[in-house]
Amino acid sequence: MKAYHLFRKDLFSEIRNRYAINSLAMFIIVTISVILFSVGEETISDYLSGGLYWVVVFFTGMSGLARVFVSEEERGTTLTLQLIARPETVLSGKLIFNLVLTLAMNIVITFLYSALFPAFVIKSLMLFFITFILGTLGIAISSTIIAAIISKAGSKGTLYPVLSFPILLPLILILINLTKISMDGTSFGEAIMDVLFLASYDVVMLSVSYLLFDFIWKD
Amino acid sequence: MIWKIILFLLMSYVIIAGISFPIVEKPEAWYHFPLIPGLGENAKIIFFHVPTAWITVLAFLMSTIFSIKYLRKKDLDDDGKSQTALELGMVFCILATVTGAVWAKFTWGEYWSWDPRQTSIFALLLIYGALFALRSAVENEEKRATLSAVYSIIAFVTVPFFVFIMPRIMKGLHPGSADDTNVGPVVNFKMNSNMYLVFVLSVVAFTILYFWMWRVGSRSLNIKEKLLKNYR
Amino acid sequence: MNRYELKLDSLTKYFGRRLVFRDLNIEYSQCGIYGISGPNGSGKSTLLKIIAGISTPSKGKIIHTAEGKEIDTAEIHEHIGFVSPYLVLYEEFSCRENIEIMGKIRGIEPDEPHIARLLETFGLADRQNDRLKFYSSGMKQRMKFIFALLHKPALLILDEPTENLDNEGKNKIYELIKNYSASNIVLIASNEDSDLQLCTSSINLLEHK
Repeated sequence: MKAYHLFRKDLFSEIRNRYAINSLAMFIIVTISVILFSVGEETISDYLSGGLYWVVVFFTGMSGLARVFVSEEERGTTLTLQLIARPETVLSGKLIFNLVLTLAMNIVITFLYSALFPAFVIKSLMLFFITFILGTLGIAISSTIIAAIISKAGSKGTLYPVLSFPILLPLILILINLTKISMDGTSFGEAIMDVLFLASYDVVMLSVSYLLFDFIWKD
Repeated sequence: MIWKIILFLLMSYVIIAGISFPIVEKPEAWYHFPLIPGLGENAKIIFFHVPTAWITVLAFLMSTIFSIKYLRKKDLDDDGKSQTALELGMVFCILATVTGAVWAKFTWGEYWSWDPRQTSIFALLLIYGALFALRSAVENEEKRATLSAVYSIIAFVTVPFFVFIMPRIMKGLHPGSADDTNVGPVVNFKMNSNMYLVFVLSVVAFTILYFWMWRVGSRSLNIKEKLLKNYR
Repeated sequence: MNRYELKLDSLTKYFGRRLVFRDLNIEYSQCGIYGISGPNGSGKSTLLKIIAGISTPSKGKIIHTAEGKEIDTAEIHEHIGFVSPYLVLYEEFSCRENIEIMGKIRGIEPDEPHIARLLETFGLADRQNDRLKFYSSGMKQRMKFIFALLHKPALLILDEPTENLDNEGKNKIYELIKNYSASNIVLIASNEDSDLQLCTSSINLLEHK
């Protein structure tokens, strides 16, 4: 409950300022436009479009998911949070926010992408849906803990993708593979091993985040 | 002192044997190496490539362990040891990647083909790079030590995922990976005992070299920090 | 009389390899006002942060006890009120909104009469719906006190409590502190003599190097 109220606080703050939403929306449009312009008249194969999809998702995430912790540090309100909530509550609240944000952003990206890239056709919708949900979860979880780390460092903007990429790499690889086979029409049953890997990545990163957050949060 | 002498002898033997002993079809003399199908003359790089890859993994492991020690005891000396391991590990990682790429060019025709092992060493290089970037971005010593420790643990945790996913996704060109029916010279003992001896000595020699460099490096780093504090 | 106790046990703090203070052994078990003095940079703020559970000591420990039971570090924030020059509240929200949000995140039930009294005492009742962005520094300081007292803590930790306040404001704060210390523990860290005069006893951090 307390974490939910922290999420609401961030949500209201966001509605008042509209910093993150604006920049994320613009970023999605810019990234997709850049791809479309560079590709020009050439056609993109289906597998390639699947891979590029997750590229767009990754970079969009990098541009907006650090805000939850960085904005508190930059404004000096980290101390305030330390005085009103336990560390787990803070992490939970920020996780909820990033989850909602990642979900919203991924839904937008998926719609724009399917509309603009004709080769992006998914045959096994069920498999893709599960991949989408678990992938969104994984990105949100990993991005949040890394955001907490870089919020305490300098040069946060460039540091964020540098630290996030190695951690997200196994996730991105599974996601690209699963997208590929869901385009092929593989059934959910056949892909169960990969889906289990995906789910276990989410679980492991979630546990590790909670275990280590205390060290990052306290001085 | 005795270790330095042992190291000198071992390294000399390894370098001379590794580079100059000829590879022949039917080894007879004690200094002949057998011909392994598919590898040929450039098999010799195994004496240098495999140890560097092994050392870089060992260095990462040590760096993480000393980082965790720091989290428990808050002794900055542990962070110094961790940092030195990191620096050495980065050097050996670059060496492993480069020797690997050179070998790849001669054997498979391409410097880089995203074979699972190549991708793994690249991922390790990224992790090292990330840790260096993180350390240089944090001024406060304790915060720096704590944040690198946390990141090392997170990175370490993603390693099993790599190990399991890679073979499922990519076909392997490395001797001894999923696609290769030729299991590989080390596992299959296609190396004869001469070659095997040089190989083992090489691994031992590089390990001693690493530990020596690590000890000197971490001690001097910790002493330097202690001296500098008087001038801060 | 409250039964809150604070114990500093061989408390030592280093920044990197630089010593801040060493071997602090103090017990606060009676209600009252206690001071911490020392020049700028002597570690007063650091000590208060450690007591509040926000920083960790290099050696030794802090023990908070309520009704004889020791309080876990993660829960200390529920029992303390903290005012400090570098405390920043949420400036995009109004005073009222800040109070509501803080209360909800803390997980406490809103106590309307109590809130109204606090707003009255600190003279912010008629500006409660203005965003903190538009407050003067004196008003922000008073808002910090409201924030600290909202959840009726047993231990009040004040770092430079009269910073940014005019004389009238200062006197009001002194009165509040005296009243509060009748049934709670108040710790004040300050350079101001007038602040330290309120204290029944003081420690000087310079003596603990």
